[in-house]
Amino acid sequence: MNYFLELFLGGLTRGSIYALIALGYTMVYGIIQLINFAHGEIYMIGAFTALIAASVLTVLGLNQLAIIVIAALAAIIYSAAYGYTIEKIAYKPLRNAPRLSVLISAIGMSLFLQNYVLLAQTSNFLPFPELIPEFEFLKPYSHLIRSSELFICMTTAVVMLLLTFLIKFTKIGKAMRAAAQDKTMAMLLGIDVNLVISVTFIVGSATAALGGVLIASHVGQINFYMGFIAGIKAFVAAVLGGIGSIPGAVLGSLILGWTESFFTGYISSDYEDAFAFLFLVLILIFRPSGILGKKEY
Amino acid sequence: MTTDTIASKTYGIKKSIYTALWFMFLTFPIMVIKVNTVDNIIIWRWENMFFIGAGSFILSFIWRYMMIRKERKSQNSASILQTLSETIKSKKRIYLSIIIAAAAFVITFPFIFSMYSTNIMITALIYVMLGLGLNIVVGISGQLFLGYAAFYAAGAYTYALLNHHFDISFWVALPIGGVMGAAIGILLGFPVLRLKGDYLAIVTLGFGEIVRLILENWNDFSFGPSGIANIPRPPFFNIKLSLSEATVYLYFIMIILCIFTIFVIRRLEDSRIGRALVALREDETACQAMGIDKTKIKLTAFALGTTWAGMGGVLFAAKTTFINPSSFTIWESIIVLCIVVLGGMGSIVGVIVGAMTLILLPEYLRAFSEYRMIIFGVVLVLMMIFRPGGIITTVRKNYKFESESK
Repeated sequence: MNYFLELFLGGLTRGSIYALIALGYTMVYGIIQLINFAHGEIYMIGAFTALIAASVLTVLGLNQLAIIVIAALAAIIYSAAYGYTIEKIAYKPLRNAPRLSVLISAIGMSLFLQNYVLLAQTSNFLPFPELIPEFEFLKPYSHLIRSSELFICMTTAVVMLLLTFLIKFTKIGKAMRAAAQDKTMAMLLGIDVNLVISVTFIVGSATAALGGVLIASHVGQINFYMGFIAGIKAFVAAVLGGIGSIPGAVLGSLILGWTESFFTGYISSDYEDAFAFLFLVLILIFRPSGILGKKEY
Repeated sequence: MTTDTIASKTYGIKKSIYTALWFMFLTFPIMVIKVNTVDNIIIWRWENMFFIGAGSFILSFIWRYMMIRKERKSQNSASILQTLSETIKSKKRIYLSIIIAAAAFVITFPFIFSMYSTNIMITALIYVMLGLGLNIVVGISGQLFLGYAAFYAAGAYTYALLNHHFDISFWVALPIGGVMGAAIGILLGFPVLRLKGDYLAIVTLGFGEIVRLILENWNDFSFGPSGIANIPRPPFFNIKLSLSEATVYLYFIMIILCIFTIFVIRRLEDSRIGRALVALREDETACQAMGIDKTKIKLTAFALGTTWAGMGGVLFAAKTTFINPSSFTIWESIIVLCIVVLGGMGSIVGVIVGAMTLILLPEYLRAFSEYRMIIFGVVLVLMMIFRPGGIITTVRKNYKFESESK
């Protein structure tokens, strides 16, 4: 039973990280129907920025709390800036081009960002400092859940609630929903669609950066290649939940996290990644609109 | 100079300065700071910031100029290359002499250049074949396929394993590799029939990774990450060839196979199936309405494309004499996709040019080899924005209706 609980909580953490990345995917897809291949790379850049900021601040000799806050903020700001710039360079000039062109452009951008970090930084794994302190009250349960895991789950829940609020109740959220339904009509009604798309990229990138910082601190090491597989898996989660739907992305991520966790725990850990892809193929065959997706596809 | 142009000029400079500042900010943590987390040392590389600033300042001018040109160009689109190729084709004598010159160069190549060059050329020719195969799927029938390396791997492992267990020779394995490629293509094709565009891309990508992971983990079947060594080179009538002779021999096999591929694709383009494939690319619904069986034609496209990957894999195994799963990563698929996109989707000459540029250039510019992938990335983005048709854009066949009564 303990083993089961351990796997369950591990899957929950895993799923929460996927959810933070999947939210960005699902929002971008909802508005411009593009699989933003570079999204995983933004997550990786967030982790790198946080590492760099944390190292600089450590050398400067700040206290732990300030380091956490500033490093996380730096990661979020820089990732948002990258997301904004990527959209302006690689996607905006292709707004009216065939979908295939935009997708190839996204793959190119992903390739570029990976190698940019590889060349400017390093190809090795970098150790990442544990930013999240151990909570006292969790000590008795430390064999089950680490405080970083709890922190990750809580952050995801908060971010999801905030995003739902943003989309349901604010003006920009309304504009996002309008643009997702019909871009031309939204423009006719006086919505600045380009601005809406930029905001979507910024918000999506910021959540991805948060995911990057949290997972890096949890796992303890980062690498220029970390974004690729995480990005693909988050995409699987977004499709599973129903792409374009925010609760769907979280639900899909959790399901993927649990299945992966139980699969590796009870069956085999060799085929962990292959299993995620197999899952994706099966979903797309049997229910392409996902669990919470819209029916008409 | 009128005040208007001066105003636009200062506006342009101002904008470029902003762009430069923005990129200096953006690249600051990654480009300028390098941390050594073990010894807690921070290296500041301020000179990079200067380069980024100056570079993006200049590039933003070029970017804007290109954007304006792109907008103008959409009205009259006839490039120099296109008109050049038109004139070459129309003048038979020039066309013929170019063909003869090319043939002479191709035949004498391994005797003029070193074995090293010949080896690289063989690699490039394998990629020409792969590119031509993927071109059927991506260029002609418009299905974005990202798992091409899986079929390449299938071919390579078919030859390696058949040879290892049953001592089957290269010439028998070559068609078997092709059939294996096609069979797996159809096998994958069935479940993904309903998908198109980006969903198809991501599923095929996933499929490619599944195949690689299986090859890596199923030790009893594929010998795992250590791979299979001592794969024989193609035999030549039971005569023992030296290493350099074998290379030249393989080079000519490659040339003949490439010509065969080009021939098949040329015939395919003009055939019923070829036209159905183009129809599928242009509009799936309309294509079905014209009475084309979508299921059948999609599977045909996959099978036709993946056959070449299977054969390319056999050749790759025969060339390197050693294979392991790390030769068949997702990047292999992306390089082949780059070849097709860069050269010009749907164009045979384009694919050849694309493969030669992408494979030969990095080999001869060794100094830049670490920048290879980053340049690929930039090229993909820029090509999509400024020249979506590739280096050599295909010219669609036009059928003219001339009425008899004037």
